[in-house]
Amino acid sequence: MEKYHLRDMLPIIDQYEKEPGSLIPILHEVQKKLGYLPKEVQEFIAEELGVPYSQVYSVVTFYSFFTMEPRGDHTISVCTGTACHVKGAGELTEELKDKLNVEEGGTSDDRKFTFNTKRCVGACSKAPIVMVDDDVYGKVQTEEIEDILNKY
Amino acid sequence: MARKEILICSGTGCLSAGAEEIEDKLMDELWKHELEDKYPVARAIKRTGCMGPCNLGPMIIIRPDDTFYGNLEPSDVETIVEEHLLHDRIVRSLLIEDDGHKVEEFQKLDFIKGQKKVVMRNSGDIDPSSLDDYLENEGYMAARKAVTLMDRDEIIEEIKDSGLRGRGGAGFPTGLKWEFTAREDEDEKYVVCNGDEGDPGAFMDRSVLEGDPHSIIEGMMIAGYAVGADQGYIYVRAEYPLAIRNLQKGIRDAESEGYLGENLFNTDFDFNVELRVGAGAFVCGEETALLSSIEGKQGRPKYRPPYPAQSGLWDQPTVINNVETFANIPIIIEKGSEWFDDIGTEGSSGTKVFAVAGDVENTGLVEAEMGTTIEEMIKIAGGVAGGKDFKAVQIGGPAGGTIPEEHIDLPIDYDSLEEAGTIMGSGGFIVLDEDTCMVDVAKFFLDFTQEESCGKCPPCRLGTKRMLGILEKITEGEGEPEDLEKLEELAETVQNTSFCGLGQASPNPVLSTLRFFRDEYEAHVYEKECPTGTCKALIAAFSIDESLCVTCGKCEQVCPVDAISSGEESYTIDSDTCISCGECAKVCPVDAISEGGNE
Repeated sequence: MEKYHLRDMLPIIDQYEKEPGSLIPILHEVQKKLGYLPKEVQEFIAEELGVPYSQVYSVVTFYSFFTMEPRGDHTISVCTGTACHVKGAGELTEELKDKLNVEEGGTSDDRKFTFNTKRCVGACSKAPIVMVDDDVYGKVQTEEIEDILNKY
Repeated sequence: MARKEILICSGTGCLSAGAEEIEDKLMDELWKHELEDKYPVARAIKRTGCMGPCNLGPMIIIRPDDTFYGNLEPSDVETIVEEHLLHDRIVRSLLIEDDGHKVEEFQKLDFIKGQKKVVMRNSGDIDPSSLDDYLENEGYMAARKAVTLMDRDEIIEEIKDSGLRGRGGAGFPTGLKWEFTAREDEDEKYVVCNGDEGDPGAFMDRSVLEGDPHSIIEGMMIAGYAVGADQGYIYVRAEYPLAIRNLQKGIRDAESEGYLGENLFNTDFDFNVELRVGAGAFVCGEETALLSSIEGKQGRPKYRPPYPAQSGLWDQPTVINNVETFANIPIIIEKGSEWFDDIGTEGSSGTKVFAVAGDVENTGLVEAEMGTTIEEMIKIAGGVAGGKDFKAVQIGGPAGGTIPEEHIDLPIDYDSLEEAGTIMGSGGFIVLDEDTCMVDVAKFFLDFTQEESCGKCPPCRLGTKRMLGILEKITEGEGEPEDLEKLEELAETVQNTSFCGLGQASPNPVLSTLRFFRDEYEAHVYEKECPTGTCKALIAAFSIDESLCVTCGKCEQVCPVDAISSGEESYTIDSDTCISCGECAKVCPVDAISEGGNE
């Protein structure tokens, strides 16, 4: 896990106007930087924006994209939309859990991958879909999972 | 020889199929053949947004002759460059076949012929990251016309006359919505684009945002001018990284070239657009929840009225429309309301883009005139895949319903769909063949809404959970006769008492399958049978025919739960241990193993 300083968050916060509406964009960027949103960082952002910490916490826990647990270097996800569900997303999920030895939402021991499932990414014609960060892989077979993991 | 241009589809679907590899290979080949004198590389290849027939990706179109090559492998590229680009000869072996004959031109594909492109007019045709390309295709002409030549009321009348209805699902007349906001006497007003396309199986908005981002900015600008707003927000799901990138670039370019900012078109009209990225909450597609999310709060719905038109973002009057609705605006202003009203049906003018997926030959985006029948849509998509029989189509996602074969001639417009117990929704169109279990489909959608319920109101939070529990019971073979009535009663309560549209519409998939496929539910409950063999718990254990068994032992080796043991004359399967996976039947060399059989 990378060490961070609260002051490193300032350049991110300063890009936005100090108003409640900037909260979600700031959380996105901070999470991109740290991989997660620790409690101290949430408190710091609350203070800087002049909103109650409870509001920051409520937003972080409401949206599934935000996490308070440290994540791996890459996030690998299986799409669970209708088309992917029908075309075998379940098997891919099992394979990944097995390969990475994690449960859904968990991070592999080497901290390389965090695994989760994702709502429809809209590439239904190429179902089932696996995404690693922003890269999209289509028509993925269980045997191909290993190759995909090896690319990172 | 005319100069050729290669269009390569770079939508999310094609990228997942390897479009980037094809593009790299094209670049390499072009250099290799030293074509750069005749075809400067940078201008010879153009990345476009979604072309439509997603299952044929990766795909390219070569202009000016409009030749279409799909399902490309990197190894095909060399041939195309050598033959088509250097010697002007179409590579027939790489053409796509429709009904056994090769199709040369993109426009002549069966999948494209039946469509009418209004919303998707630019997607797949222009480079979405290039403002110049948009301008060359009459981009921002409609905004210029609106801002410099029309007064505000005139624009609202034009949109009202066009008959355009909201493409987000509910179908409220767009012009009327604008009029409500325009009438409000407030200094601060907002225009918001709802790009939180969360329905599983729907990707129309994603494709428009990716493939033609400036048309959305232009549509919002016209709305802003008409209602008196100078600030717009586009809210896009975080699951759409490419759409976000293209929009960011679009907004930046429009700002630097003076298409966003102050004194637009040398008038006193100012307009700015900000992009907001969602954070993974389906309920944010509901308009009041989306506005809360932009304000930096939890995305929970609010009570209406007041409607956003009067009191929306930061309690100010707000026009909130869907992506596809905004994409229609510039062309209505450009070509006039009459032109638009002539397309489609009496009560539903224009076109609708559908994301066609599921059990059809050709999946992808289909933009069809309103009033096109379900049967015609399936024909455009090449019919049901694998020669199977059509069973039903699921329209409108988790808030929609399922339409069976007997209504295959139903025209797709707002009113006909409502009569049939579903909604237009945002445009998911999932074709289901004879092998699909309708109880399982209902369970899938309910599982989705149950998980995405924001928890604010009990009918949605608890009702969907109880309904899902009953469906799980039924699919596991533990359904009781009174369960179907309970399910209906609960569905009605959830529908009538939920706080927002998510809850109110959540029972639709259950109610419509109960209406049209009640016999399937009954088979699960009374006969403990899943007619399509989908629900694993209801499949009888496998057994071995002693008279055929040659005692090879292959079945014993593959059985994952050790349910098979050897005997003198034959192997036997312990039906209590068997999980009906069917692996043994697959390996049996003499076909002695079957489902059920001699129990």
